[in-house]
Amino acid sequence: MNTPELETTVRQILADITADADAMKLKADVRIRDQLDLDSMDFLNFLIAVDKALNVDIPEADYPKLRTLNDIVAYLAPKVA
Amino acid sequence: MAQFLMPILGADMTEGKLVAWRKQPGDRIERGEIIAEVETDKADVEVECYVPGVLEKLLAGEGSTVLVGRPIALIKADDEAAAAAQVAPSVPPPFVQAAAAATPVAAARPPRPAERVRASPAARQLAEASGIDLGAISGTGPGGRITREDVEKAVAIGATSFAPPEDDRNVRMRQAIAAAMSRSARDIPHFHLTREIDLKAALDWLKETNGQRPVANRLLYVVLLIKAVALALREAPDLNAEWQDGRIERRADMNVGMAVSLRGGGLVAPALLKADERTVDDLMSGFRDLVQRARSGKLLGSELTGGTITITNLGELGADSVYGIIYPHQVALVGFGRITEQPRVVDGLIGPRPVIVSTLSADHRVVDGHLGSTFLAVLDRLLQEPEKL
Repeated sequence: MNTPELETTVRQILADITADADAMKLKADVRIRDQLDLDSMDFLNFLIAVDKALNVDIPEADYPKLRTLNDIVAYLAPKVA
Repeated sequence: MAQFLMPILGADMTEGKLVAWRKQPGDRIERGEIIAEVETDKADVEVECYVPGVLEKLLAGEGSTVLVGRPIALIKADDEAAAAAQVAPSVPPPFVQAAAAATPVAAARPPRPAERVRASPAARQLAEASGIDLGAISGTGPGGRITREDVEKAVAIGATSFAPPEDDRNVRMRQAIAAAMSRSARDIPHFHLTREIDLKAALDWLKETNGQRPVANRLLYVVLLIKAVALALREAPDLNAEWQDGRIERRADMNVGMAVSLRGGGLVAPALLKADERTVDDLMSGFRDLVQRARSGKLLGSELTGGTITITNLGELGADSVYGIIYPHQVALVGFGRITEQPRVVDGLIGPRPVIVSTLSADHRVVDGHLGSTFLAVLDRLLQEPEKL
């Protein structure tokens, strides 16, 4: 999966979790939790959906690395390459 | 024959829209089975029936809006005597009437003067039972007289006098919340107590536990708070109660209502039933499911009406503390702010500790500060031993 495909997949997951089509237009360099008003349950649901779609189980210790869409794509890219 | 009434699915509910019947006349109903789907201002609710028997007749059509307490079905109960005792009172509780008066959208269209409507006694009886305004029906009997058949047809197409306003649902939810919160602020003499709780032990335990689990099985710290609140209620049972007619009525089950904010505004507080008896894993999956259904799908009637206390948890990004308004007729509400790093003295040394401010809002007619203070102390103590939760 190339980077643009990965980014689209992540956006789609966020849109599904939040039932908010605006996730497809997220700013890539701004914290997603601020843009989408995610609470901790939403964030956990996001991580579970990422695991299902991409088979990447992100450990809790890495949560702080996942602030923006760019962060998330950069984190996932080597794991799904 | 037992009447199945439009249930009250929350202190702020005055009417419900019957979206769909899940059972049809002749169908067998077991205790606790879902009989209908009802839309309130706040949620789509699957309504359970606790009177086992056979569904005899539907009195309200799909799509009709019916006031709380009006009959919507007739059930031939297995045990008619027990059913009579179980069925909710046909007169809405005082709160509902007050809310209806305060909520313009709940006001029914004034019926035509009775003398201008000609109808048979059977038609009047059925119309009354079905919440139908006779003035809204055209009669087909002699001289335009309304017959029982006319009323039955009106029931079938849902032509009640309580047609839902075309307002946006968000507007109606705001009005429902306004009615409940105004009632609470007006009638309940609130007092508030706070206690800062050191969450280091709880968060350390959570980190270690989650570190060994796949993402789908991880816990959020809120479930430790939920379990600790439920267990602390065992030591302060007067907080797990209702104030009814000037008397306290303790509730046997610790059903913890969770304030869930909805996307687009508003909130709903469905309950995790018997939270004190459930494992933290069970509470976690139950809470995930509850939030998901509150936001997108359907809640059960028992979840909306069963709460015996409410928790409002503002989460990690919000305010430091919350002084909540009690959900009528409950006696208490527990609030949690965000977790912050604070300097604390532990064993004679100052160090940074994760601290959460817990707040108890309680009804001073029912309980006093001493009990509330004890409750928060027990809550603190329980959270220091998370492995036992």
